[in-house]
Order: sequence, then C-alpha cells, then structure tokens
Amino acid sequence: MTFEWDWAYTQEILPILGKASIITVQATVIGFILAALIGLVFALLRMSTLAPVRLATGAVVEFIRSTPLLIQIFFVYFVLPEFGVTMDAMTAGILALGLHYGSYCSEVYRAGLDNIPKGQWEAATALNLSTLTTFKDIIIPQAIPPVVPALGNYLVALFKETPLLSAIAVLELMQTAKILGSESFQYTEPITLVGLFFLFFSLVSAALVRQVEAWLKTRHGGA
Amino acid sequence: MEQVQSRLVVAIVLSFFLGLMVATFADVRVFLPELLRGAWITIQITAGGIVVAILAALAAAIGKMYGPRPVRWLAITYIEIFRGTSALVQLFWLFFVLPYFGVTLEPFTVGIAALGLNVGAYGAEVIRGAIQSVDRGQWEASRALNMTRMQALRRIILPQALVAMIPPWGNLFIELLKATALVSMISLGDLAFKAQQMNQNTLKTVEIFSLVLLIYLAIALVITSLMRALERKAAKGLSRGRG
Amino acid sequence: MSADHPSAAPMVRFENVRKSYGHLTVLDDLNLDIAPNEKVAIIGPSGSGKTTVLRMLMTLEEVNDGVIWVEGDPLTHMYRDGKLVRANKRHIRQVRSKIGMVFQHFNLFPHMSAVKNCMEAPITVLGLSRDEAYERSRVLLDMVGLGDKLDHYPGQLSGGQKQRVAIARALAMRPKIMLFDEVTSALDPELVGEVLNVIRELGEAHDLTMLMVTHQMGFAKEFADRVCFFYAGKIAEQGTPDAFFGNPQNERTQQFLSAVLEAD
Ligand SMILES: Nc1ncnc2c1ncn2[C@@H]1O[C@H](COP(=O)(O)OP(=O)(O)OP(=O)(O)O)[C@@H](O)[C@H]1O
Ligand SMILES: [Mg+2]
Repeated sequence: MTFEWDWAYTQEILPILGKASIITVQATVIGFILAALIGLVFALLRMSTLAPVRLATGAVVEFIRSTPLLIQIFFVYFVLPEFGVTMDAMTAGILALGLHYGSYCSEVYRAGLDNIPKGQWEAATALNLSTLTTFKDIIIPQAIPPVVPALGNYLVALFKETPLLSAIAVLELMQTAKILGSESFQYTEPITLVGLFFLFFSLVSAALVRQVEAWLKTRHGGA
Repeated sequence: MEQVQSRLVVAIVLSFFLGLMVATFADVRVFLPELLRGAWITIQITAGGIVVAILAALAAAIGKMYGPRPVRWLAITYIEIFRGTSALVQLFWLFFVLPYFGVTLEPFTVGIAALGLNVGAYGAEVIRGAIQSVDRGQWEASRALNMTRMQALRRIILPQALVAMIPPWGNLFIELLKATALVSMISLGDLAFKAQQMNQNTLKTVEIFSLVLLIYLAIALVITSLMRALERKAAKGLSRGRG
Repeated sequence: MSADHPSAAPMVRFENVRKSYGHLTVLDDLNLDIAPNEKVAIIGPSGSGKTTVLRMLMTLEEVNDGVIWVEGDPLTHMYRDGKLVRANKRHIRQVRSKIGMVFQHFNLFPHMSAVKNCMEAPITVLGLSRDEAYERSRVLLDMVGLGDKLDHYPGQLSGGQKQRVAIARALAMRPKIMLFDEVTSALDPELVGEVLNVIRELGEAHDLTMLMVTHQMGFAKEFADRVCFFYAGKIAEQGTPDAFFGNPQNERTQQFLSAVLEAD
C-alpha cells in the first residue's frame, strides 16, 4: 500500500484546526494560571505549623500525582455534578488540569522555598515583620525566580496534555482532528498536523525555558 | 521524612476508603469484578510499557552519547519527537495513521509501544544524566586497562549509574501507569475504559470513579515501594565500595 | 610493522611531541627516550605538564603534533602505505596493552571487591577464564600485601590499601611499562611508605619500565635511574639522581629543589 499526503485536504482542514488551536491555547493559559495558584496554596499549606494540615496536604498532593489526569477529568466532569456542582466540559477540563499540575507545581515551589537560607527568616523576625509580610516581601520574591524554569517545564507539559480534554468532547485540537478524520476517513493528515503543532511549540518553548535558565544562572551566579 | 509520612497517610486513607466502599456499596459486587479485569489489563500494559521504555531509553541514550553521527541523529530525533508531543498524540498516531502505511497493530500492542516509547524518551535523558554523573576517573581507569567503550559502559559505568537512576525511573513508571488510562481512548478494555463502561451501565458515577482512583493509587503505591526497595538494595551494594 | 631492530629501540620515545589545550601550550616539542627497564622520575612545579606526559602515553589524551613510539612501534600513529597516519582504535588498543597506569585518586571500581577489580580486565579484555584471572589476581594481591583482603570492597580499605589494589589491578594486565601519577599524594603521610615499598619491590623483582610523577624527592633519589625536571612544558634538566640532586645545573632546578627541600 502506498501512501500519499493529501495537500488539498490539508488546505481544507488547516483553518478548522487553526480555530481549534485557540481553544487549546485558552485551556493551556487558564489551566496554568490555576495550577500556579493552586500549587502555591499547596506549598504554603505544606509549610503550616499544624502537622495535620501538613500531612493532609502532602497526602492530597501525592494522591493527585499518583492517579491519571484522564480519570481526574472524568471525576470533575461526572462526579461533581452529583454534588450539585455543574460545569461545562471546558471548565471541568481546565479545573482538572489546574489541580493536576498544581500538585506538580507545589513541589517546585517547595524546592524554591526550601532553598531560602534560614538567615532570611531570622532577619525578618529580627525586623519584627509579620508572617504575611515576610512571605510576601522577603521569601516569595527570592523563592520564585530560581524555579521559573521548572515551572516553565510544567507549562509545556500541561500544554502537551490538553488533548486529554477530547475525552469529554471539548472541541480542542485533538477532538477536532478526530472528528475531521472520522468524517473523511482520512486520519493521517489531521492527526499528523496536530502532532506537528505540538512538536513545534514544545520545542520552541523548551528552548525558551533553557534561555531563561541560562539567564537566571548568569544573574544569580554573581551573587 | 515528611515525604514518607505523607505516603503512609495516603496508604492508610486508601485502605480505609477501599474497605468502606466494599462495605457500604451493595453495587460494588456488580462493577468491582469488571473493574478488576480492567485493572489487570492496566497492569499488563504498564509492565510491557516498562520493558519497552527501558530498552528504548538505553538504546537512545547510548546512541546519542556514543553512536556514529547517523545513529546519534536518529536517537536525538526520537527523543525530541516523543518528548515534544504527548502520549495521547503518539497513541493516536500509531493507532490511526500507521494503518495507512500498511502497518496495523493490535490496540494492546499499540498501547505498549506508544507508552513505552514515550516514557523511554524521558528515560533516555535520565540514563544520560546518570552516566555523566559517574566520575571521569572510572572511564580513564577502564581505558588504562584497555577495555573497549562498550565493555567499560556495561561493566563499570552503568552499574554505578544505576543507583542515581532508580528514583527518577520510579517517577517515570508512575507517569507510565497514569498514561495507560489513555489506551481506553483506542477502546482497549483497561481500568479507565471499564470505568466509563460501568458508569454508563450502572450510573454509579461517584462510587465507580472514586474506586477507580483508589485502584490506580494502590498500583502506584506498589510501584513506589518496589522502587524504594530496589534503591535501598542498590545503594547498599555501592556504599560498600564508596571512595 | 616494527622497526628493524626492536631490541635496540627505546621502550618509549617521545618525538617532537606537542600538546596544547586551546591557546595554552602544555608541552612544547618534547623529545624523550626511555630505555627498557629504566626507572624515570618526573618532577617539576604544578602545571608544568608532568601528568600530561603520562596521560598521552596512556592514550588518555591525544597529541597535537609529533609521535610517541613504544618498542619501536608508533603508538599515536600507524603505517599505511608506508606513511605514518593517525592510529585507529584497533591499533591503539594493541599497542596500549603494553602500558598500565596507577592514578593519584586510585579510580578503583567501587562496586567490585579488590579481587574483582583485578580480574575484570583480564577476563573482558584478555579473555582469561575466571579461574585463571582469579589465580593471577590472588598472587598479585598477595604480592602487594593484601592476600587477606581479596573480598574487601574499596570503601572498606584504607587509602594505602586502595592504591596497592590499583597497582595489582594494573599489573594483572602484564604491562611492560607502568605509569604512576603522584600515587602517594592523596594518602595520609603514614600510608605513603607502604605504597612506595610495593613500587620499590616491583622495580627490583620485575622487568618493568617505570615512569613516575612524584613529589617524594627522597624516593626519586634512591629509586630512579634518571630524574627529569619539567618546567613550563619543557624538560629543563635531566640526569642521574646523583648528578641531578647533587649538582643541579639549571637555575630553575636549583630554585625548585631548594623550595621543596626546605618544605620537607
Ligand atoms: N583538560 C584540560 N583542559 C585544559 N587545560 C588543561 C587540561 N588538563 C590540563 N590542563 C592544563 O595543562 C597544564 C599542565 O597540566 P598537568 O596536569 O600536566 O600539570 P602537572 O605538572 O601534572 O601539575 P600538578 O603537579 O599540579 O599535577 C596545566 O596548566 C593545566 O591547567
Ligand atoms: Mg599532575
């Protein structure tokens, strides 16, 4: 069997896929903002002075990290309505992405927070700063920049995983490609195009992350 | 320390909820056997994927580091493509597109191949990092004893790199386990597939999806503790020799 | 392949060898002949290129210019159509089998016991059977005074013991030339003697050509047939220990010797 790439068909579906990629980008951006916030909350809860809070948060993070994102998406989409929380597929998908990657981000923040020398806390105490001010003005501004590359890697990972939203019929790239494929019985072009789309942007963003990393190194290397 | 405690808490909570569910939900008897059948498929795909991942990672890492130019480029291309797209895209590509090239594989085979190759691409970088972390003096000593590069790699370097590799591989195996849920989307009857099927049949949404999450967690805990044990064993073997 | 009179050829010959890292020239037009069975001590200030000489001979570094010969055969090069060209891997492995090296930081294989460290290369490289390799290793470890430590791992040995295992490991390949790069520098002072004793006995009991980089002037004086003083990538002065230490000609040598002997 010989195979030939169908250029006419490609031209026909490119605009449709282009439109679907907007949904993919939306899910990525909102999902990651959510993940960054949830991650910070988890990380701070894990520093709580109350052992039960610490342990419970640790257990939740561990739980989310050990179970498939796909099932978590189903859970948010199908199970929460049973408790009266109804949302559309896109919202449910973004929420699941945010929770899942939030638990990954929390580990990143934790590493950043752990790297702050004890002297910084002591200096803040000596200046009689409140806990909130210490976090807001002293600790977080120091803890975040070094972990930006690691967060960037998770942003890329989240972006690559948005095709999972197709499982609850969100019309992002992959779902659109599958529909196109099933209509025309030509899967090769749409799915390959989607693959190339992800490949291209992942490689570009991975290169960006490396740049940021190098830049941070030169900036902090002098200190 | 805290990490271990969290894991313990997870394990305790897990067994509590599992017990509670079996005790309270009468319908468990209806869907549990089906879910367990699905879990068995999940375990098989995970195991098969692990084998594929290790082989692919070894080949790609060694090809990238020591291969002649064409092999090096092949290895780099493999690593970048499989890390640059997600497992789902790869799965769909192998499942929907390969047949157009005259290659039709069983969904089971596609699942193991796609997930194994996906994780293998990340594993290749893990292996590379671990090999590079071995003291350069070990290479030089092997060379002074006139070993070939492959002899040195196999007998001297890799055994020492192993300890550093085990924890990141443990994480990769968990990622692999989680990714197996994707095979439900090429209608393979794994745990995730059975979950959706049972959900449609019985509408016991809360019970089913909670139970399924707990089963995944249980499998993940088994993998984690196996890797822990392996790490302890390997570290013991090496610590005798440190220095 | 080999020269017309291999017996007349020096064991090692550096011929117009140059080595540089980027812009830094480490060895500049080095010429040095070493006779079979000769013991050569290499001394000189830090950064003068002593280690580099040994590493090039062990083929751990490539030469930029010139040729190194071993028993009349080119090591870094080989003959093709009567002309000298860069050696390929096979050729290097063949000639390299005559050379063994002991490192400053031992470089023992940490995941293998002492005897396994010695057996590994004889089995994988020379194709010896396990029994042959074990017997050979046992005898050698016995010789360096570690007959009771065969199954100890490197982490269970003292620095001096580790270095003696490393010597036995190199000897297990039956080299004709042994290279020692500051093999006592990483050792506590009280362990230096046991390693030097092993090297001394080795030199007396076996037909071995030895090159050793050392800061132990006393040992160099008593053990070496010749002392080479390196300064800034060149041999500034060489001679018998008596002449070298008793009546140094070069100003640099005098400075260096007075500095190290004062420190002692
Ligand atoms: N891999 C390398 N890359 C760049 N420069 C190097 C490298 N190896 C050695 N050099 C440089 O080459 C010079 C000679 O080094 P070498 O190790 O031969 O000195 P040495 O005489 O053994 O000194 P020491 O007594 O400190 O061991 C030094 O200036 C060193 O910095
Ligand atoms: Mg040196």
